[in-house]
Amino acid sequence: MSMISGLISYLRGNEKKTAIVAKERLQIILAHERAGRGAPAPDYLPALQEELMVVIAKYIHIDRESINVQLEKHGEYDVLELNITLPDKIRLNR
Amino acid sequence: MSKVIVVTSGKGGVGKTTTSASFSSGLALRGNKTVVIDFDVGLRNLDLIMGCERRVVYDIINVINGEVSLKQALIKDKNCDNLYILPASQTRDKEALNLEGVERILNELRETFDYIVCDSPAGIESGAFTAMYFADEALVVTNPEVSSVRDSDRILGILAAKSKRAVDGLDPVKEHLLVTRYDPKRVEAGEMLSVTDIQEILRIPLIGVIPESESVLQASNAGTPAIHLDKSDVAEAYRDVVGRFMGEEGLPMRFVTVEKKGFFKRLLGGR
Repeated sequence: MSMISGLISYLRGNEKKTAIVAKERLQIILAHERAGRGAPAPDYLPALQEELMVVIAKYIHIDRESINVQLEKHGEYDVLELNITLPDKIRLNR
Repeated sequence: MSKVIVVTSGKGGVGKTTTSASFSSGLALRGNKTVVIDFDVGLRNLDLIMGCERRVVYDIINVINGEVSLKQALIKDKNCDNLYILPASQTRDKEALNLEGVERILNELRETFDYIVCDSPAGIESGAFTAMYFADEALVVTNPEVSSVRDSDRILGILAAKSKRAVDGLDPVKEHLLVTRYDPKRVEAGEMLSVTDIQEILRIPLIGVIPESESVLQASNAGTPAIHLDKSDVAEAYRDVVGRFMGEEGLPMRFVTVEKKGFFKRLLGGR
């Protein structure tokens, strides 16, 4: 990238390249459409719950029962619901 | 063992017929007995791209209805000895193209030909479905553009669930991603999806990248498949595709990066 075009994009406030926008939009819509085509309940939920658990445990001390991940259909939308019950006294892990 | 290959995309105008013409010509140039069938009943165009439009007498529907023999309907290509064209009907509707009739034709063609290339119409209705139903392999033609990628994904879903191979529980249809109208300059500027992006989204093996080029229009103007054009990126890229399809290894993916221009070329303002 030349200095001038670099400066222009800096002045514009670093807009996201449209190719990146395109890729992100496709990934979201295709995940949705593929889910509609194949099995109704996605099989990644347990793994997702496990991984979220690991990430959250890095910062806050919680136990396994206090996290709950669900995928629900609300009309035309799928809602990924994530419920974490925090302990009364938050004990930070770091 | 002969192979049935469908050239498909879902979306129209991405280069299915251009690809069917060049791919089948490339297979024939390598000595394979090849036939290319136009499945776009009602809107035939493969004959124009192959430059045989004035030699069309009978079409696939005539053969299905038993009015003429396959031999009478097949047109010998003017550029390749091993290549024949089976045109679509211009006057009938898509419903005349029934699965039983098509299966009968394909079985008869399998006796003579090594490769049977099916040029699918756009869309996902009966014509496109019939074209892909009997496929052993599929070239999924995709432009680096959101609607084309989405439609390709849709087609991949249909191939995996509703093709004869899927219904009969055989090995799945072998899928190949062919990216066409690729412009490395725009990809580098962040204005166009890259081959890697498309591959990551569609998750099927890449068989080639055809660069955006003025020569495709020139080829169709002349009725000569682009693979025959001298000194053209597109011809080279299609030859690579055919090579990879036939199992040739170590062919580098060309035309995916911006060509570095020499000092003088830049000075003279060459594109």
